[in-house]
Amino acid sequence: MPSEPRLRVLVAKPGLDGHDRGAKIIARALRDAGMEVIYTGLRANVEAIVQAAIQEDVDLIGLSMLSGAHKTVGVRITELLKERDADIPVIMGGVIPSKDHDLLKSQGVAAIFGQEDKIDQVVAKVRELALAHQRASRSGD
Amino acid sequence: MATPPKISRPDVSRAASRDESKARVVAEDAKAPGPRPATLDEIRADRERWEKETLAPTVAKSPDQDEIAYETRSGIPIKRIYTPEDTASLDYLMQLGWPGEYPFTRGIYPTMYRGKTWTMRQYAGMGTATETNARFKYLLKEGQTGLSVALDLPTQLGFDSDAPEAEGEVGKVGVAIDSLHDMEEIFNGIPLDKVTTSFTINATAPILLAMYRAVADKQGVAANRVAGTVQNDLLKEFGSRGAWVLPIDPSMRLVVDVIEYCCKEMTRFNPISIASHFRDAGATPAEEMAYTLSDGKAYVRACLERGMDVDLFAPRLSWFFYTYTNFFEEVAKYRAGRRIWSRMMKEEFAAKKPVSQMLRVACVCGGHSLQKAEPLNNIARLTIETMAVTMAGLQSVFTAAYDEAFSIPTELAAKTSLRIQQIVNYETDVPKTIDPLGGSWFIESLTDAMEEKVLEVMDKIEKRRGMVECLRSGWLQSQIAQRAYEWENKVKTGAEKIVGVNVFASEEPPQEVEIYEVDPRLEKSQVERLHRARRERDQAAVSGALERLEKDARGTANLMPAIVDAVKVYATTGEIMGTLRKVFGEYQPTTAF
Repeated sequence: MPSEPRLRVLVAKPGLDGHDRGAKIIARALRDAGMEVIYTGLRANVEAIVQAAIQEDVDLIGLSMLSGAHKTVGVRITELLKERDADIPVIMGGVIPSKDHDLLKSQGVAAIFGQEDKIDQVVAKVRELALAHQRASRSGD
Repeated sequence: MATPPKISRPDVSRAASRDESKARVVAEDAKAPGPRPATLDEIRADRERWEKETLAPTVAKSPDQDEIAYETRSGIPIKRIYTPEDTASLDYLMQLGWPGEYPFTRGIYPTMYRGKTWTMRQYAGMGTATETNARFKYLLKEGQTGLSVALDLPTQLGFDSDAPEAEGEVGKVGVAIDSLHDMEEIFNGIPLDKVTTSFTINATAPILLAMYRAVADKQGVAANRVAGTVQNDLLKEFGSRGAWVLPIDPSMRLVVDVIEYCCKEMTRFNPISIASHFRDAGATPAEEMAYTLSDGKAYVRACLERGMDVDLFAPRLSWFFYTYTNFFEEVAKYRAGRRIWSRMMKEEFAAKKPVSQMLRVACVCGGHSLQKAEPLNNIARLTIETMAVTMAGLQSVFTAAYDEAFSIPTELAAKTSLRIQQIVNYETDVPKTIDPLGGSWFIESLTDAMEEKVLEVMDKIEKRRGMVECLRSGWLQSQIAQRAYEWENKVKTGAEKIVGVNVFASEEPPQEVEIYEVDPRLEKSQVERLHRARRERDQAAVSGALERLEKDARGTANLMPAIVDAVKVYATTGEIMGTLRKVFGEYQPTTAF
């Protein structure tokens, strides 16, 4: 069986909020779990995130949002990805009220995490989604 | 034989267990007949006896619970018991002294809360200026004694509400202030000589301060009678909070501009609140204190380089720290911090006035300690934290809200937090005596241990040529990220326990709390308000003011006068910051993790 290439994940911090404790912890946990992780740094522009994800050929985009701008940003990013025919799964984490989950999921956000979720759960879900994306894109080659 | 003392000490059994001390005890008794307290030697001897006779058999049967880490969050070991032996070398006058006097360990004022209750200052501000004005009037009516303004992110970063960067963020985490109109509306009917106002504002602090001053001018209140605080601490933005705009050097210049300006024109206003967001980003309590005091040191040096007299600006420095549920360590942290700062100001920077040596501290209780799981439990956490900071003798307290992990607070949550402070003040005996935990063997030992630990970290920073260089190199950011990751792993493995999260974790779905929601139409109405302000102003005056600001920025003048003139003709937050961005460029963030 050929070995799977390493999973590549983009952790992004869109919007103007500067609290990136969570984003950095997730980035490290994913790296410790053997994935290749790119972190955008603060105030990543939505266009730039999508551009980087496509160029870097990542298997998943993780967005950290705490400022309340999650609806605007979540919708913009999923729409931009659709426009460019990129089927990269998107997950979100941070302070995202449960009443907004349906809207974001209907837009195509694959999973939403909050403070109550354990890191291992997040890592497992990322691996599952990223692996599925990697397999799908390789079979499409 | 002398008459036996009325109060007999149990020295018979003690002496019996240590024969060699018996003779000495008797000899001393002969010199000073009558009751006398046990000597340290006697206490040590008797402790050893207790350990052997009483403790050891119990420990053999039921040892310490090994899943509990017997150490503080800063990694200071916590002993089973503290005794006078632990404070044997404590020099009361040198290390503790009197409240209101150097080294201020026990408090910065001679009467503390007997003379004046701490300021109850709840962070608030949301949506539009009109909504914030209504919330402020409500809080003042409910007995709050100071105002604290939360600003939305576009205002914090110098974007107007109609800027593309502001989309989706207007009025979300605080109020939007685009121009002087908004500031006027927030304080409509609130006389600025009757309240003190704290602004959690950093990169755009010079602009907000200028607007506040302009409102005072319009209300007919003299600038030197206006009291309040702008956070104006950019170093911690680079290190942890992330709300920077300009690169480090021009940011430092503006910080000093504000300090210098206030020392001349707004002498009751705190031009800086050196803040410890490092803690919420992951640092331990000792590191939090060390990083924050080191930031203070960097600002002191910058002001001295500007040519200011230390006794002119040092009394205006104020501080802001985080407090979690690690109760005793928090109390020790503040006591140690006051001691370190006063010694440093006196010995290293030759500050002569006592007020130049005082660590005046405001704090937030809550932050990262608050949990989303079973949110009402947060009321207990906030109460413990509020007890800690009042026992530590702080000057101003913000108790965060139990729904912090969900959203900005609802009115009920905000009121409950204010009530926590009022209960501590009116229903407990905490405020009745100064430094109520002072003299506790545990607290004094812990204060000394914290001091040592904080100084160790500060020394490390000095060896790396101070905080500015530690930020430039990314060393500080990586230290903090490392600690945050370590904490997360401790929670994961259960080494640190959080009720409702990793012990007694609720199987039920998360409790729903009422969530404060920002009206989605708000962004549009704020943009309309901004456009109206732009239409109605004297455009030539605005252009002139911005040109002058640009010219001053390219030179070396203090930028505050130009900024005050610009806000008075209704130049916007985005236009003023945009001018500075044009001159200085933007900071480039690190992407390391």
